[in-house]
Amino acid sequence: MDFIFQTWHWSISGFLIAIIMLTLNYFGKVFGMSSNLRSLCTIAGADKFGDFFKFDWKSQRWNLIVIFGAMIGGFVAAQYMSDSSNVNIDNRTKNELIKMNIDLPNGKLLPNKLFGIEALKSPKMISILIIGGFLIGFGSRYAGGCTSGHAISGLSNFQRQSLKAVIGFFIGGLIMAHFVLPLIFS
Amino acid sequence: MNYIKYLIVGFVFGIVLTKSEAVSWYRIYEMFEFQSFHMFGIIITAIITGTIGIQLFKKYQVKSTDGQIIKIADKEKGTFRYWIGGLIFGFGWALVGCCPGPIFILIGAGFFPVILVLFGALLGTFVYGVFKDNLPH
Repeated sequence: MDFIFQTWHWSISGFLIAIIMLTLNYFGKVFGMSSNLRSLCTIAGADKFGDFFKFDWKSQRWNLIVIFGAMIGGFVAAQYMSDSSNVNIDNRTKNELIKMNIDLPNGKLLPNKLFGIEALKSPKMISILIIGGFLIGFGSRYAGGCTSGHAISGLSNFQRQSLKAVIGFFIGGLIMAHFVLPLIFS
Repeated sequence: MNYIKYLIVGFVFGIVLTKSEAVSWYRIYEMFEFQSFHMFGIIITAIITGTIGIQLFKKYQVKSTDGQIIKIADKEKGTFRYWIGGLIFGFGWALVGCCPGPIFILIGAGFFPVILVLFGALLGTFVYGVFKDNLPH
């Protein structure tokens, strides 16, 4: 039963993510989560502002159901399948976090500094969350996909375009983690 | 009724990403610091398994549930959009430690400040959609 509560090994997790992608392929669909952001914009009325949002979002309803299911899965996993042994990162990473005054995980998924209730009282943290989201939304649509659509789906299908996007993801992430985060937090 | 299978797929996806800690800001930071193999292992295993699965689909001309041979569309041609879009996405990914799937999963798991990330992501998608034709692709 420990299996339920422990951190799942990367090989099992990676395998299951691919099975999820292949299952969607078997249903005649493509694995890609950021497309949902476009559907949600259209539902909210963005089609009045640009042709990009004039599409039949109902054809993408299945994908909205997938993320709805994912939210329930996240709830169940966080409420009933976790324990304090969970997020345990490398000691060198912990030292980097201490330098930036970011609280250590000790089993929790997210740092309180950014995602705790007190973060909501800080205009700086609120701006970081919104700006981060903006970059994710803008970048994934510009690149035509995110981690699921390009890194997993695209690379599994030998798409050269996806390789460019994934290299871009990592260059951007490395610049952010090594140069920008220390400026913001320490 | 047809939608229940998608609900189940999503449910499993939410559990896997949470239990693997791929939704964790810490794991993303650790990955970009190259201080753990965990996230790389997840991504590489998913790509290898996915590649084998797609090759098998192609080899045996497997039909999807709607009766057509499974064919995954090629990505649109282009260069600039993939490099620059990818770079911008990477900045956001490392800053708030989540990508589009985990944004929803974390909100479901009860991390309500992530709603601000979702708001930003919708805004970013909207701005891209409005200015799409003025951007180089």
